[in-house]
Amino acid sequence: QNYPLYIRSIPTENELKFHYTVHTSLDVVDEKISAMGKALVDQRELYLGLLYPTEDYKVYGYVTNSKVKFVMVVDSSNTALRDNEIRSMFRKLHNSYTDIMCNPFYNPGDRIHSRAFDNMVNSMMMQVC
Amino acid sequence: ITEVCGAKRVGYFGPAQFYIALKLIAAAQSGFPVRIESIKNELPLPRFMALKNVSEVRYGTPAELHGVKFQVPHATLEKKSYKRTDEGDKQEPKSPPMSPICSPPASPSTYQRIPLSYGYSKSRSGLEQQHGAPYEVRHSTHQQDGPSSGSYGAKPAVACSTLNRSLSVEREQQDSSAHYSDDPWRITEEQRDYYINQFRSLQPDLNSFISGSVAKNFFTKSKLPIPELSHIWELSDVDCDGALTLPEFCAAFHLVVARKNGYQLPEALPETLLPEYLQAASLKPMRDSALFESYSETLPGGQQARDFSRTEVRRSEEVPDNSALLQDAKKDEKQALKVNTALKTIPKEFQHLTVKTAAQESNALRARPRSRSYSSTSIEDAMKKGEEPPTPPPRPQKSHSRASSLDLNKIFQQNTQAVRSGWLPPPPPALPPRPSVSQTEQVSEVELHPQMNRPPSQAEENSSAKKEVVLSQPPSKPARRKLRTEVQGLETPELSPTINVTSSLTAVKPHLPVQKQSSKQKRAIQTAIRKNKEANAVLTRLNSELQQQLKEVHKERIALETQLEQLRPVTVL
Repeated sequence: QNYPLYIRSIPTENELKFHYTVHTSLDVVDEKISAMGKALVDQRELYLGLLYPTEDYKVYGYVTNSKVKFVMVVDSSNTALRDNEIRSMFRKLHNSYTDIMCNPFYNPGDRIHSRAFDNMVNSMMMQVC
Repeated sequence: ITEVCGAKRVGYFGPAQFYIALKLIAAAQSGFPVRIESIKNELPLPRFMALKNVSEVRYGTPAELHGVKFQVPHATLEKKSYKRTDEGDKQEPKSPPMSPICSPPASPSTYQRIPLSYGYSKSRSGLEQQHGAPYEVRHSTHQQDGPSSGSYGAKPAVACSTLNRSLSVEREQQDSSAHYSDDPWRITEEQRDYYINQFRSLQPDLNSFISGSVAKNFFTKSKLPIPELSHIWELSDVDCDGALTLPEFCAAFHLVVARKNGYQLPEALPETLLPEYLQAASLKPMRDSALFESYSETLPGGQQARDFSRTEVRRSEEVPDNSALLQDAKKDEKQALKVNTALKTIPKEFQHLTVKTAAQESNALRARPRSRSYSSTSIEDAMKKGEEPPTPPPRPQKSHSRASSLDLNKIFQQNTQAVRSGWLPPPPPALPPRPSVSQTEQVSEVELHPQMNRPPSQAEENSSAKKEVVLSQPPSKPARRKLRTEVQGLETPELSPTINVTSSLTAVKPHLPVQKQSSKQKRAIQTAIRKNKEANAVLTRLNSELQQQLKEVHKERIALETQLEQLRPVTVL
């Protein structure tokens, strides 16, 4: 049931590896969700250093109120990224996602084809890389 | 024909030659001899069998040219009207001075945003040049899709030899800064009236929203594929609240119409379809035509264009980047810009712009509990119960004869009349005094607004769930007049102004507004209106979030129930 609604990576080599990473991190996210009894309104994050250190990248997670999960994989060498920036990125993602939700032609659970969303994600990724 | 129109002599088909050639073809097809003079006859439209796109070319004789608008809603996107002022000057096109004018059309790159005065310059020996090729080219610049622009780029090269889908020209000879022409993304008068009628059929109150589900049903009837409809919605719902206001609806409908006629959808909403632009423009057809000529034309038409281009610049970065607004920095920027644009544009739009500002500020300010579609229960009564597809009855008649198009003109005349009579109450003389009153207010209003924003949210949420914010010009004028006596000031609970607003608005009378209203009360009411609107937005967002959660819960429940079913036989044994 945890099928991806949207997946995008830059740069595009090793894409499969990122897909795999995201998929495995879903387990951790689920674990965190079940651990949290209340205080559901919080924005959540995976702990850093999730994966084997040789890979040196970090995986962040975020869950919306409607159990839609956002997973972000970033390069550890990019030390400029701080917690707040990650949070703001997730917030932007969430906002774009809700914009898509507003569209009555979008059925929740469909893959996301919105060009506005694509543009937003691309610009965000450009910003970081 | 080639020889007569002068192409042989000049060596190519420039626009002038092309027009003459087409007219001669029409003449030949209707049996007239092929001569220059035969162009002067009123000719039926030439038939081009070989073209896969059945499009028509409409020729205007000189008598028809002045002040006549050739508009048919869906057809406007397909037709090109050729207008000529002076038949005698037909000899001119053959002369070499025309060649420098004709050669630019060959270069697409120069036509990024050609001001339309270029097309209308009278200096060209009285012969109006409607550039067929440049319009195709400019059309191609609107298409930001890669493949479509490629295909359209190829078209200007063959524009002279084939009849492409062409654009219509709304004709106002007196208007040198002609905004209304060949832009496929510009909504013409009849189109607007048609859209307004459709809006009315879905939602009787012209100043309220169409909910997402209602709009979805409506646009689904147009039989466009869902992803395209989804994209159209994305483009037209600029405040992303899951509902369409009248200008948003017009934009969406216009995009649907364009798409059905084969235009590719743009990546970003064109300037002429922006809600502010449409709201500004929408006020024009509601006045007398005389006023239309004098007031809206002589008004800063150029200024309008400037401001709207400015808002368009803001918008173009806003629309694709909507959610990327960093909350504080850009909000201030927007506020400042909107205040500027508000001050300069026609006074009537002030309210609309500020309310839009309010809506957008409410977007930006909150850690958003975003909205999904409006709850459909409130709009059930307004919904069409699935009758004939509103992709309008006129539309299927693609193969036009002039007779049928004239019938359509009559239909829209009637609609126009209905609309005009309905909207005529706001008397034109009221306009000029207003800027002085409202101008000073607007700045203070916008400043008041951010402070008002936070406190009332809680109070409003409980009470204003049912209240509709009405933004229209005519009802609010008498409303303010009545409220002047009733509302004491801002200190009274915000609820009372809103209650008064809704109650008085039910009795709309076309009074002459009293210009000497206390600005304070006006301001109070407008802030109250804005607060209500924000509260509405918040509530709808909450509602949609909750609905989403409900859906999830339903799914879980179903899963659990099926599990239970499976387990039961085991336990029985």
